[in-house]
Formats: sequence, C-alpha cells, structure tokens
Amino acid sequence: MVMQLTAKQSIHLPRLAELTRVDTLSKREKVFEFKFDDGKELGHKPGQFVELSIFGIGEAPISITSSPTRKGSFELAVRATGSVTNKLHTLEKGAKVGIRGPFGNGFPIETLKGKDILFVAGGIGLFPLRSLINYVLDKRKDFGEVTTLFGCRSPIERLFINQLQEWNACKDMCFLETVDTCPDDSWKGNVGVITTLFTKVSFDPNKTYAVVVGPPIMYRFVIAECLKKGLADDHIIMSLERRMKCGVGKCGHCQINGLYVCQEGPVFTYAQVKSLKEAV
Amino acid sequence: MQNQVISKKDLAGFVDELIKTKAAGEVIGIKSQDGKYNFGPLKKATDLRLDYDISLLPPKKYFFPQMETVLKYEAGKTPKIEAVAAEKSMVIIGVHPFDIRGILLFDAVYGGNNPDPNYFLKRNNSVIIGTDCLNPNPKSFAASMGTAVTEDGFDLMLTDIGDNYFITVGSNKGDQLLKKHARAKAASAADEEKRDRTRKDALKKYKVTLTLKPEDIPQLLDTTWESKVFNDKATTCLSCGSCVMVCPTCVCFDVQDDMALSLKGGERYRRWDSCMLTEFAKVASGENFREHKEQRFRHRMYRKGKYLVERYKYLGCVGCGRCAIACLAEIASPAETYNLLKEVK
Repeated sequence: MVMQLTAKQSIHLPRLAELTRVDTLSKREKVFEFKFDDGKELGHKPGQFVELSIFGIGEAPISITSSPTRKGSFELAVRATGSVTNKLHTLEKGAKVGIRGPFGNGFPIETLKGKDILFVAGGIGLFPLRSLINYVLDKRKDFGEVTTLFGCRSPIERLFINQLQEWNACKDMCFLETVDTCPDDSWKGNVGVITTLFTKVSFDPNKTYAVVVGPPIMYRFVIAECLKKGLADDHIIMSLERRMKCGVGKCGHCQINGLYVCQEGPVFTYAQVKSLKEAV
Repeated sequence: MQNQVISKKDLAGFVDELIKTKAAGEVIGIKSQDGKYNFGPLKKATDLRLDYDISLLPPKKYFFPQMETVLKYEAGKTPKIEAVAAEKSMVIIGVHPFDIRGILLFDAVYGGNNPDPNYFLKRNNSVIIGTDCLNPNPKSFAASMGTAVTEDGFDLMLTDIGDNYFITVGSNKGDQLLKKHARAKAASAADEEKRDRTRKDALKKYKVTLTLKPEDIPQLLDTTWESKVFNDKATTCLSCGSCVMVCPTCVCFDVQDDMALSLKGGERYRRWDSCMLTEFAKVASGENFREHKEQRFRHRMYRKGKYLVERYKYLGCVGCGRCAIACLAEIASPAETYNLLKEVK
C-alpha cells in the first residue's frame, strides 16, 4: 500500500519556492532569488546548502549565497554544469522549484565573533562565502578586522561585479582582488594566483581566523600560505564540496572516510581535514 | 517467552497457515531458483528451502527495494508534490543470522537523527523468521565474523535439529504467531542442547576464515592506508559494483527523476547505488574524489571495517560471502583483504 507522507515524515519532500529574480553573473553563472510559497524564511546559517529540485529533471545540492540577515528571500548562485543546473539557467521569473534544507553545519559564527577574519575565495568559492561576508558586514560590530581576498582565472570570470565594487569601496573591510591571467589590458588590478595577495596583507595569527572556499587545487596553496603566516590548524576554516543526494546522512555520496559532509560538514577546520584522506 | 520445538510437518502446517490467513501479511520465503536460492513470495510451505546456503540477494530488498518511489508530482506552473512510501506487512521466512545482522545495521543507518519512513514502514511491519545456516557457502566466513549465530534481530529462529525444528523465540510478536497458528511444544533442556550442538557443528563447516578477531579490524586499518594490497587487489577490478549490489550491509542510494511520457508529471525514485562505480564520488566540477579503482576498493574495505563501526557500532561486513561469489575478478572478499593486510601491512 502506498502511503502519503507528511513533510515532517518524509526525508525527500521539498517545499515549493518561486523564482523571483534572475541575474546573469558571467557566461556560466547566474544568481537566482527565491521566495517560499508558504511565505516562510529559509532559516539558514551562512555556509549551509539546500537541495534544489526541478521536477522532471532532478535534485542537486547548492550552497546558499545570501546572508540570513537579508530577510524575505534567499539566493542561490549557480554554475550551469549538470542537468539540474543547466535547466535552472533556462528558468524565468515566476518559475517554481522545490527546496529541501537548509542542510549542513554552516560556518562557526560563534567562534568567529570578536575575532579578525581573513576571507579567501577562489572562483565560485565566492558563492558560499558571500553569505558569510555579508553576514559579517551586516553585524560588523560583532567582529574584529575583516579582510577579503578574491581570485578568479581572468577578468571575464569575475562574479557579482557590483558586489565586488561595493566591497572595494567599503570602509569596514579590506578587500583585495586578483586574476590568474589577463590576456589583454582590460584589467588594471592585480594579476597572479590568489596566494600572491598574501604578501599584501598582514594580520595577527593569534586572533585571526581564515575562512577559505575554492577549488581543491586552491586549498593546497592557500593553506600553506596561512600556515606560513602563523595561523594554527584550527584557525583555518574551509568548506568542502560533495554531491549530496539526500542531505540527511543516508545516501552515502558525501562521505569522506567516516564523515558525512552533509552532517558534520560541509564546513571543517583544517585541523579536522588534515587527518582525513581523500578530503580535497 | 518459552522456546519451542515443532515437527517438520507441523512447521509446514504453520507456514501454510500463515500463507492462507495472511496473519502477518504477505509470506516471503527462501526458495530454489534456477539452481540457486532467492527470497520470493511463498505459495506453499513445500517450496521453502531452509537447508539453503546463501540467497542471491539479501532480504534487505524487502525494506530497501532496488528502486522505490519517494515523490510523485504533477509538473506545470504550480507543481503538486506528494511524498510517498510503500507500506507493507510481511513475514520473511528463512533469514540467516548474518543477514539479520545486516538488517540490524540498516536499522541503525536508516534510523538515527533523520529516520526514514520509506524503510521503517516496511521494516516495522514485518516478522522475521530466521533459520540457522547449517550448510554454509564455501565463500562464506560468517563463523569467524561472529555472525553465524545471532541472539537478536529476529521474531523466531529455526534450527534444524533432525526430526524437529528448534524454535528460539525472539519477540512477543513471534510468540503470539506461534501460539495462534502453530502446533509447537515447549522445548526441553535436551532440545536446547541439540540446538547448541547443531550450531556448533555448523560453525566447523565454514571454509574461509578471517584470521584476526573481527573487533580488531578497525585497529588494523589504522595503519594500512598506504598498503600496496589495495592496489594489487584492485588491478583486476572491473568497477562493476556487483560486490555492492549483493551486499546485505550496503546502504547507499542514488536519487533520480522520471518524467511520464505525457510530460504532465512524474516520479522521483531512489535506487541502490555503489561506491565501487566510477562516478560515485564525482562532483559537478568534474572533480572525482575517488577517481581510481584502488581508491574505491580501499574505501569499500575501510567503510566495512572501520567507518561503519565507528559511526553505528556495527561492522559493515557480516561474512556472508555474496560479494566473493558475485565478483568476476575474485577480489571482493573482505576476509581475504583483511587477512592479507594483517600479514603484509
């Protein structure tokens, strides 16, 4: 006998949300704003993720890019790369999707309170980190010195350009940007991989936490720079990517050794990750 | 609850009664199928083959089907979504102790913080009538895994003690079924002795042995990550996932959507998935966190021998031997790998 399950019972039932705004960020990336049909908030913490459903296509884990301090809606910034995300890119305002979550632990806000923070974002690692950066800016007096480093491959791959300008002009935060390479003279800023920005910043390693999100290759080099600057292993915070199918610790897809990224993560300290194999 | 003995004829009567009355739901039993054994719907007691060595698939398929619909939806401007779960009452007859240990692991995984109704709507409505494995498969090593006999996880446990079956009663539900539908009589101390002797004799029939204590496997694996055993073994791995598909403790699934031909709606279903398949740990960026087959091979051994124990207190291998039977490359048996790791490190 097939039974209908309530939202409370089912681990698979999404809530309906309406696409209320779409902005193109670059060739492959767009940001989508959603509101729940039931008018409720997502109720997330920076660093958490949702499972996004497009009915008939499937479900995919997506990090939340908006800060919970900005109420009424939430944003997902998404690169078109798989079947769900490519379909999402074709949707227009008014379209309905399903949302499950938020899932995962999120960034350790309580630990960061009163501390200096060094944000390091590589490419679309900016998407999950933007949630925390804007959270910190909205609650600025709860935190110490804040520095943000952002790097991407080339000027045309820069994301959230208006936001980057805002941050650049923001007196509450030191913001530095670089591109790996620039084929022409369209870019007047720093050129070089993100670690080249480390020579331009100084911080007190004892009261600073680095929060790093980027592709696996970036972690290797950025962590080495952080350690060189004297940051302790547990002062380096990172967010790991996995393809969570369920979000509730059952399906097995997000395991790193014995950990479930959807349960114990996706945010880990380097102290935790360092002893794990196959983490990055 | 008093243990019982029942004649073979009366056991058949009991089973036929369960089939006829559906007192505990549909009756599933172990049957012969094309020269092998498999669980399937039972039409009559004489189809039961309680003397079997191993079933092709473990009985987990009744609680965690190969494919199960979890959502139904109507597409369109405002989609209508409904979460669904198949509920079913069953009595499953002939489950071996090691498979019962597998079900107990499933209970832990699918329970916990986010209990899964799709699993428990079947599991909680089922009666498990186990049977001690007296003719173990040559690839099985349940004796040395400590899973050839189980003290819990069943409603009734049958042991063939010659003319009669000894029935160890494991739950009130089992007790009530016997009282209502079976002509059994209270077991004597001599019967119990017979059961214990039968079990003990069966343990001697296992051909494959784990050469270390199962509880020492996690510790062994603390020092073997870099061992060349994984690479040596995985060289011939076909990444076919067969070892996982027949495993009583493999819990992982994939989630997929299926749109109806009319395009008016569809279903979301989950289906068994395997960490031995190439794409299991691949993410959208193209990064594959276990790209190489030796990584996947090692992951399977660590998951069974270490990760699951640390998380759920149950070893992820019950020694049934199905993976070793299914594996064309003949590399899948965890006992073989753990033994080798112990020797060469």
